[in-house]
Amino acid sequence: MWPSEAGKERVTGRRIMTADEIRRATIRLSHEIVEKQAGTDGLLLIGIQRRGVPLARRIAAAILENEGAEVPVGALDITFYRDDLSLVAQQPVVKGTELPTGIDGRTVVLVDDVLYTGRTIRAAMDALVDFGRPQAIRLAVLVDRGHRELPIRADHVGKNVPTSREELVRVHLEETDSEDGVEIERIVDVAGPVRAGEPVG
Amino acid sequence: MSAVIDGSVTAEMAVPSVDVAPESQPVGWRHRHLLDVDGLTAADLDLVMRTADAMREVLARPIAKVPALRGRNVTILFYEASTRTRVSFEVAAKNLSADVVNIAAATSSVTKGESLVDTVRTVEALGAQMLVIRHPVSGAPYLAAEIFGGSVLNGGDGWHAHPTQALLDLYTMRSRLPGGSVAGRKVVILGDVLHSRVARSNIWSLTAAGADLWLCGPPTLLRGFEAWAGRGAAAGRRFHVTASVDEALRDADVVMALRIQRERMASGLLPSLREYAARYGLTAARLALAKPGAIVMHPGPMNEGVEIAADVAAGAQSVITDQVTNGVAIRMALLYLLAGVAGAGSGVGGSPAGAPGA
Repeated sequence: MWPSEAGKERVTGRRIMTADEIRRATIRLSHEIVEKQAGTDGLLLIGIQRRGVPLARRIAAAILENEGAEVPVGALDITFYRDDLSLVAQQPVVKGTELPTGIDGRTVVLVDDVLYTGRTIRAAMDALVDFGRPQAIRLAVLVDRGHRELPIRADHVGKNVPTSREELVRVHLEETDSEDGVEIERIVDVAGPVRAGEPVG
Repeated sequence: MSAVIDGSVTAEMAVPSVDVAPESQPVGWRHRHLLDVDGLTAADLDLVMRTADAMREVLARPIAKVPALRGRNVTILFYEASTRTRVSFEVAAKNLSADVVNIAAATSSVTKGESLVDTVRTVEALGAQMLVIRHPVSGAPYLAAEIFGGSVLNGGDGWHAHPTQALLDLYTMRSRLPGGSVAGRKVVILGDVLHSRVARSNIWSLTAAGADLWLCGPPTLLRGFEAWAGRGAAAGRRFHVTASVDEALRDADVVMALRIQRERMASGLLPSLREYAARYGLTAARLALAKPGAIVMHPGPMNEGVEIAADVAAGAQSVITDQVTNGVAIRMALLYLLAGVAGAGSGVGGSPAGAPGA
């Protein structure tokens, strides 16, 4: 989903979360999820491709450590449900959906790295209901950067980060990027003024 | 490449330029049409296969339907009889939520003398954005692509090409062979190669994917292919032609039988169907020459008892029904990939601000 970066320069910005902070936020998210559900019965964590998937696995590992209960983890690819498929120049590469169990009657916690416009979550909910009828759908994100374009909010947030639309929030996870960290970057068009940032996550 | 006109020998076909290494290819799909597989690089083939994997997952869902092509008009224009290819395209397009229009030439204005060019212009004016075309004349989809504003998918043209069949064959082999690759595997195409667009397209994709390809059949049905094999070998591709079934089948990993086209019998290329079945039919005894566990394929429709024995077609090594299911996944993958190129709006070079995103 990254734009063509020809003619543009990424100015590396400030780090807003370190590896330790990501670890603590993940553990806190796991506690909040269990608390809200009053246990782990019926819970199903579904990570949104791509970085939501390792995050969901980390949350499940934290729940196992704290509660001694194994919560199933799935992966959801929302590509086919995007509302901009007819606008992008090239079809995004599909990364695949894998749900370990049926979703009927379960409490599904969608997990993603960054919450921005809300469009990915809208697509994820449309994708989910094609698989069945969950008891409830909740949303857990590592970073909420604001600028919603749809009436969607997260139930569990690792960190709220005020941003401008020109900025880019980049989440790196060891599983996908070989290190943990969250940074705010700004894309500068070498030939012109600051351009609108490509939303991430 | 240039279209090949019916009756011309395959010697007209140029050896493809050596494929560019996958790592130097841009990620993503850049073809507007799918006319044959000869223009596809190894990286393109990989992308189609990976996208088809995702489509297999969609097909396994309780509701096998996603909205990826919602609002797109896919028009299926067939000038030749077909069941599986036409229905497969229709199911694939519907699974992606496209609007499907079916036109069988036999019951259309074509019978009143409308030309191919006029028909294509008409269906475009009626809203067609993607056009699947099958035609008895080799090259017809190339002509359609010249005048059609959207994407053209070749559903089979004359003796020339049947790219979606070749891609579903490759996909089926990769999903069934240990290691998930055809590279270095001995793949035999047995039967009426001369009249087969399936064989011609498979030659391109299988040799590009690194298979050790063997064509086998009566010499009258292999005419022209030896020269092609020679040029393929010169370009570093593994490509052999033989009239000896034993030589072809020995230690084969994949055996693909082709339909004997009964309508060609009058031409004197074969003495009789019975003699063909006796000398070239794929029987259990012949299949025993291949590796244990070798897979048996057939693009259909089958003449059981002629090019393939009924017990082999229905046997444990047969993946013929897999081919049909995989055909839907491959066609979904191609419609999806082509829709991106054909449907690109003003977003070229970057999405509109705030478009995708969380």
